Amino acid sequence: MGNWVYALAFYGLTGAALLGAAGVLVLRNLFHAGLALIVTLFCVAGLFILLGAEFLAGIQVLIYVGAIAVLILFAVMVTQRIAFQSILRQYSRAALAAFPVALALLVGAALLARRAVAPAPAPLPAGDQLTDLATALLSRYLLPFEVISLLLLGALVGALVLARKEEPK
Amino acid sequence: MTPATLAGYAAVSPTHFLVAALLLFAAGFVVVVSRRNAIAVLMGVELMLNAVNVALVTCDRVYGPARLDGQLFALFVITVAAAEAVVGLALIIAVYRVRGTVAVDELTELKG
Repeated sequence: MGNWVYALAFYGLTGAALLGAAGVLVLRNLFHAGLALIVTLFCVAGLFILLGAEFLAGIQVLIYVGAIAVLILFAVMVTQRIAFQSILRQYSRAALAAFPVALALLVGAALLARRAVAPAPAPLPAGDQLTDLATALLSRYLLPFEVISLLLLGALVGALVLARKEEPK
Repeated sequence: MTPATLAGYAAVSPTHFLVAALLLFAAGFVVVVSRRNAIAVLMGVELMLNAVNVALVTCDRVYGPARLDGQLFALFVITVAAAEAVVGLALIIAVYRVRGTVAVDELTELKG
C-alpha cells in the first residue's frame, strides 16, 4: 500500500495536466481553452503536493487558479467579439517551426526517461517546512523579496495606465 | 503516506517528475509559437512557467530539502508570472482597443 497509490496519483495528475495543455492548444473557443488551462494548473498543484511542497501547492491554487486564470478569462471575455471572429484561422504560419523544437524536447524527454538515474531524494528534514520558508524569505532572500514587492507595485500601476481609457481632452 | 518515503518508491523517481515537466514545457512552447490569438499565447507562457516550477521543486526535493532554495525560486517565479500576466493582458486590451484585433500575426507595423 502506498507505492501504487503514489504512482497512480503521479500518472493521473501528469496525464490530466498534459490533456489540459493539449486543450489549450486545440480548443477553438478561447474560453474553453482557459478552462483547460485551469485543469492543468490544478494538476500542477497536485504534483507539488506529491513532491512534498504543500505550501507551494496552496499558493499555486490561490495565485494561479484564483488570480491569473480568472484574469485571463476576463480578458477573453473583454476581447470576445474579435476572439470569435478571428478563429477562422486558429494557428499562425509560424506553427510549423514549433514542431522541430517540440520534437527535440520529446526526444530529450525519452532519453531522460530511459536513463532515470536522478539521485533518490533526501529525506525531508524534521521540523516545520513553512517556518523554514518564512525564515529564509526574510533573511537569505530579503533583498529579492523587497525587490519583487516593488515589481508588483510597478506592474499594478503599469497595468492601470495601459488598460485605462483615454479620456477626451 | 508522506513524501519523506519517496526514496523507497522505485516506481516514481524524480526523473519521472522531470520528464513530466519537460513534456508540459514542450506543450506550452507549441502553444506559444502556433496559436494566433495573443491571449492563447499568454496561456502558453503560463504553461511553460508551470513546467519550470515543477522542475525547480523536484530539484529542491532531490538536492537541498533543508535549504528550500528550489521552492523559494518557484515562489518568485509565480510572483513574476502574476506581474507578467497583468501587464501582458493590459497590453493586449490596449492593442485590442486601438486595432480591434488580438491576432499576433496581424500586428506588423514594425516590419521593415
